[in-house]
Amino acid sequence: MITLRINGVTAHVENGTTLLEAAEFLGFPIPTLCHMDGLSPYGACRLCVVEIGEVGQSRLVSACTYPAEEGLVVRTASSRVVSNRKMILELLLASCPQSKTIQDLAAAHEVRQQRFRQEYEDCILCGRCVRMCEEQMMAKAIGFRGRGENRSVGTPFDVKSEVCRLCGACMQVCPVCELRCTFTEPEKAICGGCANLSPPCVDMNEYEDMMCYMNPCVACEIVRRDGELTAKEIDDVVV
Amino acid sequence: MKTRINPEDVFRIVDKHNNSQGAIISILEDVQATYNYLPEAALRIVASRTSHSLVDLFGVATFYRSFSLEPRGKHIASVCMGTACHVRGSRQVLKSFEDNLRVKAGGTSTDGEFSLSTVNCVGACALGPVAVVDGDYYRNVKDGDVSGILDRASRIDGALKMTDDERVFAVSVSCPSCNRSLLNDEHLLDGHPMIRVTASFGRKHGWIRLSSLYGDYRIQSEYAIPKGVVVHFFCPRCHAELRSGRLCPDCDAPTILLLVRGGGTIQLCSRSGCKQHFLDLGG
Repeated sequence: MITLRINGVTAHVENGTTLLEAAEFLGFPIPTLCHMDGLSPYGACRLCVVEIGEVGQSRLVSACTYPAEEGLVVRTASSRVVSNRKMILELLLASCPQSKTIQDLAAAHEVRQQRFRQEYEDCILCGRCVRMCEEQMMAKAIGFRGRGENRSVGTPFDVKSEVCRLCGACMQVCPVCELRCTFTEPEKAICGGCANLSPPCVDMNEYEDMMCYMNPCVACEIVRRDGELTAKEIDDVVV
Repeated sequence: MKTRINPEDVFRIVDKHNNSQGAIISILEDVQATYNYLPEAALRIVASRTSHSLVDLFGVATFYRSFSLEPRGKHIASVCMGTACHVRGSRQVLKSFEDNLRVKAGGTSTDGEFSLSTVNCVGACALGPVAVVDGDYYRNVKDGDVSGILDRASRIDGALKMTDDERVFAVSVSCPSCNRSLLNDEHLLDGHPMIRVTASFGRKHGWIRLSSLYGDYRIQSEYAIPKGVVVHFFCPRCHAELRSGRLCPDCDAPTILLLVRGGGTIQLCSRSGCKQHFLDLGG
């Protein structure tokens, strides 16, 4: 057991516990973005930043990757932490303002505007999809490519990966794209399943406990006639 | 420009590194040394043969600037754009390279001879502006020097290939009697001094120069030596005959003995055309 103090409260945690887990155990909220239960800690977004050490010698670390240490003093909401967290949120807003997740986080931390050049990126390189693909879906179809400002997520050589099973988990966990089924625009659909008349959920009637993570995808509810959908029917389904 | 990939070659590279987890960069380096770039087919073979996924390999290959997924030119020219080189005018040097090669930085000239790239520091800031062409560093480069640098790189064509092949390395040899070096700095082959000894066969007696690259059988001789003739070799300094007392197992000709600097001996068959040799670095 390790004893540490978080915001003045003494906590006893198992060896190997991260600061994030310890703080959550005590009920201190720490905002996260790239962290996800079931995926390995990554520390990409820095939103879970906390201050460790005595005043005057303290430093900022990411709570999701920092292991609890004996006698460690942690502050999860000091003024230094809060101002840094706001700055991170401003930077995230500057790159991906369209993300509902980031908007909500910014609002919750009273970040009303950002002071940087506005961009409209579709990726914040949090690595959720990459870890999801590797660790939960055992596929390793997508990964990081390049470095620096050219870093991006995608398949090798930008061709469809042979190990991709079109599970869609990468989209499901993405905090930015929040893609839903785009069957009305077949050229943009990741699977194109429904548009190509072979929706991934075509076997749904064979399973009583069939669940779909792409909620609401409604691909399986589309009524087909002669293999074609009229534009009106598509609109009906979407609405 | 499509490179044909022989899977056996890639297998050999992978097997050489024992499929260890940390060997991913070494494997990619060897693949690139073989094909001059990282062909997609080769990466797929490496992924199928190792525990690394294609995603990991692609991530490493795109992360490091030294790896290229595009075919590169025969010669690689890099211009340092680090701070020190920049303030000393590396922008003009780069422009001169671009004008001379008619290619932008990051590209390959249309004749496939030169690839031009920029690097952010080569660690020789006091010598700036620095350009690196085929591993040779050029200091205090001015834009007027560039055409000369490129000419020189084109002239020593082939030298790059010899040095890339790690089976070929230069041996420094000396006479077993007087222990003086047999290398002749005035005659270079691929940038390496040649081994100069005196050769005698029939009634002819003159100099002969051997390539000092191990595995390279090129020779230069004062007299043309007919194939199959046994030649006697002598040290040009002390005139002692370079004999080992051992016979060539292939053709029963006497072998000649040379000392390798740093320890060891090398024995070569004295019969013209026979490539039998022993390298003993243990003794």
